[in-house]
Amino acid sequence: MRKIDITREHCPMTFVKAKLELEKLSHGEELEILLTDGEPLDNVPRNAEQQGYIVVSKEQIEGSVYKVVIKRP
Amino acid sequence: MSDNKKLSLIVFNGNFDNAVAAFTLASGAAASGYDVKMFFTFWGLNVIKKKRGRAFIGRGILARIFGFLQGGRKNLPLSRLNFLGVSPKLMTSMMKKRNVATLEELLQASIELGVEFYACEMSMHILGLKKEDFILQVKKVLGVPGFLDLSDGGEVLFI
Repeated sequence: MRKIDITREHCPMTFVKAKLELEKLSHGEELEILLTDGEPLDNVPRNAEQQGYIVVSKEQIEGSVYKVVIKRP
Repeated sequence: MSDNKKLSLIVFNGNFDNAVAAFTLASGAAASGYDVKMFFTFWGLNVIKKKRGRAFIGRGILARIFGFLQGGRKNLPLSRLNFLGVSPKLMTSMMKKRNVATLEELLQASIELGVEFYACEMSMHILGLKKEDFILQVKKVLGVPGFLDLSDGGEVLFI
């Protein structure tokens, strides 16, 4: 599975880096994104959904770090 | 996957902070599935010059002096507390230190995400600049009607 860590990024690079990785996905392929709570957790998955991607799962890894899996339909 | 959302930015004043805001919006919107176009006019043209530092480019003596004094992307002034150009450099080092994207990184991100760049024909004519003086990504030189056609049906911001 493709993976990307954007825990150290800030707006707009959280969205930019996620989008550039999402664009590389083939149909049915998934991307695992590590991000922090707050703005990235609220908006990176929502933003992907608005663009037609599917948010498969969201889980807390530790403290403020979350793992989100997004799939290209 | 986009649903035809469109954002057009008119980059007019060419200050460092305004350019950062413009490219932040451009790359963030492009990452959000927007079709983004940037129209550079007047002082904003300095942001997209091929030569990033000071250079005597332009047609005619006055234009060349103006071109040199304004410089390129490395010489953009901060709109406040510029301190003869020291502040933008300090600001860039603060951005790097805090892991926030610099102007150069935001520009590259905008390019990677397919943001389209256009230059204003009238300002280029005054400053004696040619399309070749700008970065390769500048798609076209436009006048007002061309910009209106391109931005039709979307949001327009003047920065």
